[in-house]
Amino acid sequence: MAIYRSHVLVCGGTPCLLKGARTIRDLFQQEIDRYQMTDEIRVVETGCLGPCDEGPVVIIYPEGVMYSRLQPADVPKIVENHLYKGRVVEELIYKEGKAGREQSGPPGVTLEGEKYLDRQKRVVLRNCGRINPDSIEEYIANHGYKALGKALTELRPEEVVQMVIDSKLQGRGGAGFPTGLKWSFTAKTQADRKYIVCNADEGEPGTFKDRLIMEGDPHSIIEGMAIAGYAVGAEEGIIYIRGEYQLSIERMARAIRQANQYGLLGKDIFGSGFNFQIQIRSGAGAYICGEETALLESLEGNRGEPRVKPPYPGVAGLWGKPTVVNNVETLANIAPIILNGPAWFRSIGTESCPGTKVFTMLGDINNQGLIEVPMGITLREIVYEIGGGIPGGKGFKMAQTGGTSGGCLPMEYLDLPMDYDTLAKAGSALGSGAMLIIDDTHCIVDVLKNFMRFFCHESCGKCTPCREGNPRLYEILTALSAGTATQAQIQLMKDLARTMQLTALCGLGQSAPNSLMTCLRFYADEIAEHLNGECPTGVCKSLATKSEAV
Amino acid sequence: MKSLADLEKIREEARRMTELREEKEQTKVIIGMGTCGIAAGARETMKAILEEINKRNLTGVTLTPTGCLGLCEQEPIVEVDIPGQPRIIYGKVTPEKARQIVAKHIVNNNIIGEWVIGRK
Ligand SMILES: Cc1cc2nc3c(=O)[nH]c(=O)nc-3n(C[C@H](O)[C@H](O)[C@H](O)COP(=O)(O)O)c2cc1C
Ligand code: SF4
Ligand code: FES
Repeated sequence: MAIYRSHVLVCGGTPCLLKGARTIRDLFQQEIDRYQMTDEIRVVETGCLGPCDEGPVVIIYPEGVMYSRLQPADVPKIVENHLYKGRVVEELIYKEGKAGREQSGPPGVTLEGEKYLDRQKRVVLRNCGRINPDSIEEYIANHGYKALGKALTELRPEEVVQMVIDSKLQGRGGAGFPTGLKWSFTAKTQADRKYIVCNADEGEPGTFKDRLIMEGDPHSIIEGMAIAGYAVGAEEGIIYIRGEYQLSIERMARAIRQANQYGLLGKDIFGSGFNFQIQIRSGAGAYICGEETALLESLEGNRGEPRVKPPYPGVAGLWGKPTVVNNVETLANIAPIILNGPAWFRSIGTESCPGTKVFTMLGDINNQGLIEVPMGITLREIVYEIGGGIPGGKGFKMAQTGGTSGGCLPMEYLDLPMDYDTLAKAGSALGSGAMLIIDDTHCIVDVLKNFMRFFCHESCGKCTPCREGNPRLYEILTALSAGTATQAQIQLMKDLARTMQLTALCGLGQSAPNSLMTCLRFYADEIAEHLNGECPTGVCKSLATKSEAV
Repeated sequence: MKSLADLEKIREEARRMTELREEKEQTKVIIGMGTCGIAAGARETMKAILEEINKRNLTGVTLTPTGCLGLCEQEPIVEVDIPGQPRIIYGKVTPEKARQIVAKHIVNNNIIGEWVIGRK
């Protein structure tokens, strides 16, 4: 293994690949060869570096200089000046929100670009963008598989479960259920077979964190699953990956092969007598298949419809056997917890909600992309410091947290700490970590219509409140935007939403009205204006804008 | 994989590959790569240093080029920056001298006084 003087890490996350990162990577190699620096400089494809919107992104070590929005013509410049002559190419360096910053932003604020990275805390994304995801050696170099080794050789299964309980880790797939508690149910249940299922279906619109974790650090998920298997007494793991995620599937498959070659999966791992295998299944392509019991149905070859709970999967899951279903991000937290201890984990984030959260930021925000921040950070910090504010000098209207199933938070809630408990109290949800920022040119009714259309489409139809409720809600919203809705219909909407929240069979129907409910509360005035035939933003074309109406 | 010790062995070996991406204080070797430096043979000097680092399996050392240092007649110029020590600048560093700087200064911490042209 040769030592190189410099590494060029080219982001190989899907967003960057779509913008031509492979061409950039090949050009780097070509230019480096041309300058006869092949033995001096290594080009490495890595996982998402964060600012996906600014892709293709490249980071050069040992200096740690990040270049963004690279065009093929930029590569020879960087190779000649930076790599050959040691002069950083200032004009190509990543600055936060390049697009937005050109129009706004006071001069002299040079620290902004650093804020994007400084405010972040990387636990889940510890290796993402730092290692080559296709190299198990690089994962091991960064303490990979040490937590598994420690668990298998030094800890009893109950001790591992206890550590996860003590860490207070909550599931990152949406519901925020305590992971240690979940594991303890499965550990306690006697059965001849048990399963660990990694939920990588990620159907939530605007969420792509699990994809980028799998692409950037597949071994962290394998390690988390194997530890979970040891803790609860399961020898089989299944990763259910959304079918469209081809690159995730490829990288996970390669990582599993490598782990098998090294004896980190398979029989008698670390000489402990513990066996563990992992298989990959590709998802059936419906949002509902991410719901854990629908996922299990889908794995069994059935139509992906939710089961009635209880029994919960922890006790009777896949093929009726005790099954732990955990999200990708949840599992990526496990190895650091085992390695550094629960107290370390609790020192990050808030008391009731420790650790970090990975968010995908989208919508009307300067820095779109992937971030990881401590729990409890405020919306304001995310939007204005890390996110670089709203582009085009427009105002903040609302943030939808938790994806389409989450809720909407208005301006007054900008200082709310972001964690599972606090957001639930505010009527929203942290959910899987999708963060949609909406500026003040958007109309609430129009936005809600879009959300409800999604649920009409994705409802599986198994239970009445959801199958019938979503289309009715959509109809009323359509009437509102056409100016034909009545006050009575607003009340009907509230009753319907309430009924769905209380009686729908699964999380989809129960949470579908969340955004609507929060908006009815926070934007009552704007809704009332629609009843009066006015749309203040002018988005609803059949209505008058306020100025015209006056 | 039979034990944590086995894993540690692989880790030691693999770490050499990724160490340069870690945020920690490392010994820095900086070499002037302006036009004058390149003309004076700085590329060859740099290659010699990298070869020596590889041969000796040195860890915790980074090697980076930098722009012209403004002392053109002293090129190739090599600066050695060991954390906690004054930075030493060597002038007219041929590949052969470079190898000795690695051996004596970086490995054994003995500054080669006669080639030093500056300290910071
Ligand atoms: C409609 C619906 C879709 C869901 N989609 C996902 C998903 O894509 N990925 C995921 O991890 N959890 C999803 N969940 C949550 C899962 O049911 C389950 O709570 C989660 O996988 C448990 O893992 P955790 O405890 O690690 O969060 C979804 C839930 C519902 C109701
Ligand atoms: S709530 Fe909706 S998605 Fe869930 S089971 Fe009922 S119809 Fe299907
Ligand atoms: S995919 Fe390249 S920065 Fe996210």
